[in-house]
Amino acid sequence: MLHSSIDRAAQATPPPVAQRIKGLSDRAIAWIFVAPSIVLLLAINIFPLIWTIRLSFTNFRVNRPNEPVQFVGLRNYLNILTDEDIWLTMQATAHFLIWTIVLQVLIGFSLAYLINKKFRGNDLWTTIIVLPMMLSPAVVGNFWTFLYQPQIGLFNYAVGFLTGADPSSFSMIGDTALAPWSIIIVDTWMWTPFVMLICLAGLRSIPSSIYEAAECDRASSWRQFWTITVPMVLPFLMLAILFRGIENFKMFDLVVQLTGGGPGSITELTSINLKREAFEKWRTGYASAYAVILFVTVFGLASIYVKALNKVKQR
Amino acid sequence: MKSILLSSTLIVGAYVTIAGAAGTQASAAELTLCWAAWDPANALVELSKDFEAKSGNTMKFEFVPWPNFADRMLNELNSGGKLCDLMIGDSQWIGGAAENGQYIKLNDFFDKEGIKMSDFIPATVVGYAEWPKNTPNYWALPAFGDVVGWTYRKDWFSRPELQAEFKQKYGRDLGVPKTFAELKDIAEFFQGRKIDGKTVYGAAIYTERGSEGITMGAMDVLYSFGFEYGNPKKAYELDGFVNSADAIKGLEFYKALYDCCTPPGHSDAYMSEDIDAYKSGQVALQMNFAFTWPGIHVDANVGGDKSGYFANPAGPTGIQFAQLGGQGISVVAASDKQQEALDYIKWFAQPEIQKKWWSLGGYSALRSVVEDPGFATSQPYAQTFLDSMAIVKDFWAEPSYASLLQASQKRFHDYVVAKQGTAKDALDGLAEDWKDIFEDEGKY
Repeated sequence: MLHSSIDRAAQATPPPVAQRIKGLSDRAIAWIFVAPSIVLLLAINIFPLIWTIRLSFTNFRVNRPNEPVQFVGLRNYLNILTDEDIWLTMQATAHFLIWTIVLQVLIGFSLAYLINKKFRGNDLWTTIIVLPMMLSPAVVGNFWTFLYQPQIGLFNYAVGFLTGADPSSFSMIGDTALAPWSIIIVDTWMWTPFVMLICLAGLRSIPSSIYEAAECDRASSWRQFWTITVPMVLPFLMLAILFRGIENFKMFDLVVQLTGGGPGSITELTSINLKREAFEKWRTGYASAYAVILFVTVFGLASIYVKALNKVKQR
Repeated sequence: MKSILLSSTLIVGAYVTIAGAAGTQASAAELTLCWAAWDPANALVELSKDFEAKSGNTMKFEFVPWPNFADRMLNELNSGGKLCDLMIGDSQWIGGAAENGQYIKLNDFFDKEGIKMSDFIPATVVGYAEWPKNTPNYWALPAFGDVVGWTYRKDWFSRPELQAEFKQKYGRDLGVPKTFAELKDIAEFFQGRKIDGKTVYGAAIYTERGSEGITMGAMDVLYSFGFEYGNPKKAYELDGFVNSADAIKGLEFYKALYDCCTPPGHSDAYMSEDIDAYKSGQVALQMNFAFTWPGIHVDANVGGDKSGYFANPAGPTGIQFAQLGGQGISVVAASDKQQEALDYIKWFAQPEIQKKWWSLGGYSALRSVVEDPGFATSQPYAQTFLDSMAIVKDFWAEPSYASLLQASQKRFHDYVVAKQGTAKDALDGLAEDWKDIFEDEGKY
């Protein structure tokens, strides 16, 4: 009986693919299937990266095809790392990055915590809150320039209404002290819902039995929050920070629409600066070195962060 | 049998007709002309219908808004793209396009077709067509003359109560300013004033950071204060010219004008923002290129007798210059339809077409058009255009113009709008930046 059922199972199992495609092992067939993806990956990711690294050691300019390309060693890297203006754009980027993440995490988590409570119209509010992140950054940048307009802007009017200040007495995007905050406000408005959604997923993944057990142990709400909610949402929160960090490090469209990097160069983030070097000044070799430095920075920071994230998950 | 014969004859006839039509179509080319998206481009579309009718070629247009125009089109030229057969490129591109083989040289074509550069306004030939400058090497045909000038609210200036108040305050009549100092007085006079129950401001000037705005505006003023791009006797010697005491005064003046007399939030304004500020009745004075004047003249709010036009006033020592705008039309070297593109230029250069060009709102650079006795009175801004074109200066047209422009954009915006450092710091820094760029080019 046993023997016959094994035989039947063996007969029902299709013969190995390799037997049907004569002369090819399973491994070879696997390679055939994977090869197109690998070729595509090499062509659009790895090759450009290697080519960029190669160009970064030259004085190549894409708009001077007739000029000989010279190997300049580490000169581009040294020039970048000793350029005061580039360090200022790094500072501007760090300021933007840190404040947007801090605000988005605080507001996003708070919103998620509130939305997670059961109340009437919960779904409607969730939909309304996530609307900004569905808009195009270029559109958001454009209409916020109107909101920030000193004479007719709703933002200035609201600030004026709340503080008694003359709305036309300050310019959010024209003032060096306010411009960095103007881009932080818009990015926070747009992307807090994203952080909220991730936090909401984290909150909803916590089994209610844990809270019930804590209730039985007479743990206060405050204690439940710090010992159950926060630790269990933390991996989700860290993931949100990683996504927003990487996104905001390469922030371009929103800021270009809002301030164009100005006033002066106060809001000129590294991505805007890099674009100017590469596609306005056409210093291709120099811009390649700049891109490599940024890549190494982001890659290094992201790797450290992912390790930390994994440790948090394991706890 | 008869019907079969008839059918066969009809089929063959139809085939011959279709084949003939297809043959005609094959000989007609579709030309793409690339330019900025602005009012004159619409006029050119209208004008080009005549070329289409006469040549049998069809015209396609690729118009890109000004803030992205240079980015988009220089990308196209640098990549050897075939999108554009004809390019009406900015005057500053001419050096790079000539040296990098992106435009074809037009000398032989001009000789063959009898097109003489002496028939065009000299400043436009130097500005739009020549590389190296002041040499008879032509890469474009002057297509659209343009220059920075001023528009003012004539109706406000003519109000008796304002005239009286102005005279009492400044001891002279409220009228077209002859110097930049007078212009600033007028702008200050109007700043924050209530006119017809609405708060108005002094002047809309160029302050844009992203492309070329603040450089065009600041240079427009600096020239008349004594700014020079370098030693006229020794090429690329910049120190003492770019950052001369007079140039510093000019930049200080531009910042003072920005601080005292612009509308709130005017920190990133170029052509369209200035037009908006003027047409919406916010400002008494507007700095802008001449191409905006036809639109202002017909505007329902500020058009007709409500607006007047004047050329750049003089600086403190009486010298008077204005920033050149405008473009020449070139044939793109990567184009497969160079002959048809040259045919277009030949057609465009004809005096009657140039006359029509002016009547449609395009500023012709042909002398026979602008020197016509009726030209100056043909439009209320025509004389101002002539006066302005007589005093033009242009920004660098070197192959490295983009880097030179980026440096001035940063230095000027840092000082004027972001209030960082002094005018001397800005111009010293600019001279250094420019020297570095030329050094990199092996020219310094």
